[in-house]
Amino acid sequence: MRTTVRAVALGVALAAAPAAAQESQFAQYQKMVAEGSPVELFELVGEELWQKKQGPKNASLEQCDLGLGPGRVKGAHARLPRYFKDVDRVMDVETRLLHCMLTLQGRSREDALKRPFGNADNPSEMEYLSAYVAGQSRGYKMSPGMSHPQEKESYALGKKLFTVRTGLWDFSCASCHGEEGKRIRMSELPVLSKPEAARPLMATWPAYRVSNSTFKTMQWRLNNCFRQMRTPEPVFGSETINALNMYLTVTAKGATYSGPGTKR
Amino acid sequence: MITKWMLGAGLAALVVSPLALAEPSDGEVQEIMKRDFRPKGQAKMDRLEQDAVQRVCTASNGKPPPALAKQLEADQMKTIAYPSGGSLIGNWKGGASTAWSGQGMQWHEDPKKPSGGGCYNCHEMSPARTSFGTIGPSLKGFGKTRGNGIETQRYVYGKIYNAKAYNLCSEMPRFGLTNSLTEQQIKDLVAYLLDPASPVNQ
Repeated sequence: MRTTVRAVALGVALAAAPAAAQESQFAQYQKMVAEGSPVELFELVGEELWQKKQGPKNASLEQCDLGLGPGRVKGAHARLPRYFKDVDRVMDVETRLLHCMLTLQGRSREDALKRPFGNADNPSEMEYLSAYVAGQSRGYKMSPGMSHPQEKESYALGKKLFTVRTGLWDFSCASCHGEEGKRIRMSELPVLSKPEAARPLMATWPAYRVSNSTFKTMQWRLNNCFRQMRTPEPVFGSETINALNMYLTVTAKGATYSGPGTKR
Repeated sequence: MITKWMLGAGLAALVVSPLALAEPSDGEVQEIMKRDFRPKGQAKMDRLEQDAVQRVCTASNGKPPPALAKQLEADQMKTIAYPSGGSLIGNWKGGASTAWSGQGMQWHEDPKKPSGGGCYNCHEMSPARTSFGTIGPSLKGFGKTRGNGIETQRYVYGKIYNAKAYNLCSEMPRFGLTNSLTEQQIKDLVAYLLDPASPVNQ
């Protein structure tokens, strides 16, 4: 089974065909793995994309430095977000992947960010890559950067952002995630400022989301919260998004990463 | 990349404690957000402009000084535009669908379509609807216990129009003030809560 899975995954990833052909291959694949974990598919396709040469420099992402040195993927996700000296800023995994697409592959920001968030018919490159990188940290203790001044600054900003009342409807993150035992419709709302609530969640993002029938990333999760808060759209990889991710990950620190997960 | 607030907060931290975290001021956070968001669809950048209510509720973490809260609540009360004359009770059936819909006012949505109120996201209402949130209080049987006199009608209409007039840092949106719901939609919601025939009161 595993060999077949890999072969089909390779086909999906390497297909330079138009979206329609890609979709149908994906649909076939979905049928094949209906009884298996959909997460594994995303990890496998992500690995192929990681190795795929593309962009003006015709390079793969294999030399991407996710914080442990070029090409070292094992355990890297569990150490993010962190400060990167080469860019002099804090980056989470998606922001760093984007950075590698720009620098190693020579792609433009517009090209690399054409579709950061996909859908069930056509998941995005970022989603596949996030799945692969996250899967390489299964079993690793989550320890985001907490010592560099910019890492502390990012955490402090994220903590503050969590309680900012904003948007058309006056919500903050804490409006929904600030009090114990609350629900929105039938969904239980975790109090994300509490380590015991943040740990199981952050240890399983990114994740296959059953309600979306596809794989979703942490930046998508935050983006989707702001959409429902009726704000304008946060920029992918912005300091705001990285700071919120940093705040949540530091709150969850010490958890053993067990994702990518499967969620509601 | 060393920002002004980092330096300022860093100096403050040195004075207070060497372990204190550099914390940005509310104003600095606002500047960072304005830089980090882009308008999309109907969600324009003005939605990030904090008014006095949002500013005070952010700064006080939802617990404003009582005197200030009272003053700002009075200001918010003045924003409520009541329909002229007569009953505020519309059609509870219209109210039922507005209460149930969680859509509206988001960047991907058509601004020409009427918004929902998302009431069930936070409140229990009709006993027949078992999918409801618990961020706000249960409103089951609301009209049965409170009656539907004009004062109650005005309270419910006003609360939906601008919840901050009654409780400054309430988590409930200001549906009338933000033009999220129309006058008729709010009247229909009043009916949904107060009409004896409404499922809420069964």
